[in-house]
Amino acid sequence: MARAWGARLIEFQSVTKAFDDGTVAVNDLDLAVEAGTITVFVGPSGCGKTTSLRMVNRMVEPTSGRVLVDGRDVRSADPALLRRGIGYVIQHAGLFPHRTVLDNVATVPLLGGWTRRRARARAAELLEVVGLPQEVGRRYPAQLSGGQQQRVGVARALAADPPVLLMDEPFSAVDPVVREGLQDELLRLQSELDKTVLFVTHDIDEAVRVGERVAVFATGGVLAQYAEPPELLARPANDFVADFVGRDRGYWGLSFVAGGALRPDEVETVTVGASGVVSGDEWLLALDEDGRPRGWLRPRAVVSGPLSEQELEPGGSLHTLGLPLRGALDAALSSPSGRGVVVDRGGRAVGVVTAHQVLELLAAERAATQARPEGGR
Amino acid sequence: MIQQLIEWLADPAHWRGPDGIPTRLLEHLYYCLVAAGFATLVALPAGLFVGHTGRGGTLLVGAGNALRALPTLGLVTFLYLVVGGTQTATLIGLVVLAVPPILAGAYSGVQQVDRRVVDAAVGVGMTRWQRLWQVEVPNAMPLILGGIRNAVLQVVATAAVAAYVGLGGLGRYVLDGIRAVDYPKVLAGALLVALLAILLDVVLSGVQWLVVPAGLRTAGVGDEGRRRPRRSARREVRGETTDTGGGRVDGRAGHGLRKR
Ligand SMILES: Nc1ncnc2c1ncn2[C@@H]1O[C@H](COP(=O)(O)OP(=O)(O)OP(=O)(O)O)[C@@H](O)[C@H]1O
Ligand SMILES: [Mg+2]
Repeated sequence: MARAWGARLIEFQSVTKAFDDGTVAVNDLDLAVEAGTITVFVGPSGCGKTTSLRMVNRMVEPTSGRVLVDGRDVRSADPALLRRGIGYVIQHAGLFPHRTVLDNVATVPLLGGWTRRRARARAAELLEVVGLPQEVGRRYPAQLSGGQQQRVGVARALAADPPVLLMDEPFSAVDPVVREGLQDELLRLQSELDKTVLFVTHDIDEAVRVGERVAVFATGGVLAQYAEPPELLARPANDFVADFVGRDRGYWGLSFVAGGALRPDEVETVTVGASGVVSGDEWLLALDEDGRPRGWLRPRAVVSGPLSEQELEPGGSLHTLGLPLRGALDAALSSPSGRGVVVDRGGRAVGVVTAHQVLELLAAERAATQARPEGGR
Repeated sequence: MIQQLIEWLADPAHWRGPDGIPTRLLEHLYYCLVAAGFATLVALPAGLFVGHTGRGGTLLVGAGNALRALPTLGLVTFLYLVVGGTQTATLIGLVVLAVPPILAGAYSGVQQVDRRVVDAAVGVGMTRWQRLWQVEVPNAMPLILGGIRNAVLQVVATAAVAAYVGLGGLGRYVLDGIRAVDYPKVLAGALLVALLAILLDVVLSGVQWLVVPAGLRTAGVGDEGRRRPRRSARREVRGETTDTGGGRVDGRAGHGLRKR
């Protein structure tokens, strides 16, 4: 099946879902998801995100309206076959407790009639893809940590190589550090495997981080705004969205301002291990043999003997040249010297920036944007 | 008394002939297995069906309780009068006794499978049939077998009623012993019934161990989890730290740097 990039792969057409008890979970939803993108449904609890998601694989049938996948009404498909063709990552993983991890992942290929051998070989491949060591395959779900279970859930959804993935709060059960790691992996997977992903979360940070487009739902199942993250942060459609995206949206918005125009300043450096280092009125940036930053030496420091890492102040975050301005601002703000270290893709220091420089660049960027008739993004 | 019991059991005459221990034991076992087998055939599919569809649950529970309330001896006597055949009457009585626990085990077993797991089964594209056999039944196995064990225990204990309607089995020793005021014989009968019950339960627990999926044997799971180092749990915490301390990829030397 040849699929044009950007084609509408999933379409909700005037979809309403009212449950038997009268709850309207989804109210007249019109929305199209482009092929090869990650689209995020975000909103407060009970606003109909899960219900919307589950209408795509017919776990829930709409009361009115249509859901199309690849141009066909899902109601014309056999539910079991439809679901085998759509990866579904269930909230809290939902693994089969009686099956080993490997057999959990092999589930859909086996349903599709693969031999056990082939299905298991494929499952082993997928454990690798989601970053789990092979020996985990022999364990049972109860023997895994929450984060590992969620990875297995993702692997199971990917096993039959479906073009569409539905993910319902797949990373909710893990701490923020692990969560960020999993998000990065999802982005990596998505860029490698070119899936169309519908991703549900109630965490706006997560939505903005992983989503190419974000649909914000309001209570009552109403779609409040459907836009790309920068647009969402810069121009919330109404007070509800503005409220929901929260206080830090200005700062978050920096994630989407290209840092290509940033010109780092020069800085004086020393090499760790050098002897007899004396600093003047300025902070000195300490590098290792390969030019990677190790920390800062404070002004008016006198080091007898070789410069060791003990004498250094730990540095702040690093900004990689060319990445969005948010990293540059953070680098400047977190550095003990007030100057953020800019590195190249290889991690070698290329210069420093101050917060002031970043803000000036931002002002210039904004002026340029406003000069354009469309407003841009 | 114990002395007399041992003497009774040790008497070679009691191990031979149509009233010998092996014969009576086999008769008893036969009633039990036939009754439990029939009860399983009837109750297991019914319990699985109701547990799977969620329909008729209240009806089932009500019927089960009603059956449970029937006194087996009275039922067997009644059936004996109605049906005529002693063996059929006895077996039906025992089947009726064995049905409720099996029904309850199968029904609650399937009913109690984690909703999220069932939801996952639907979500990955299993048909109803596949969901039942591949997910619900394996996960319900502990309760299903618990119900069967329960039923077997009750049937073994109650199969002694066969003697009341003139059939064999270990109940004969108890009944005939009471009539003849031969208490060692009564005691021996009771003891043999108890031993048979224990033996069958041990066998069934072995079966249970074999058919309950390893992932559900929580004790074993815990042990194994402790034995194996959780290496991978640590891998996930690594994150993308970009502190000055941790430059780690190779690349080209920068500009804008002045060597001191
Ligand atoms: N089977 C059902 N029967 C009746 N009401 C339901 C059913 N499923 C969901 N609802 C209701 O529909 C609304 C939307 O539910 P849904 O699960 O889609 O919310 P959600 O946005 O996913 O919330 P959360 O973030 O808490 O998961 C809620 O008010 C919920 O109570
Ligand atoms: Mg939900």
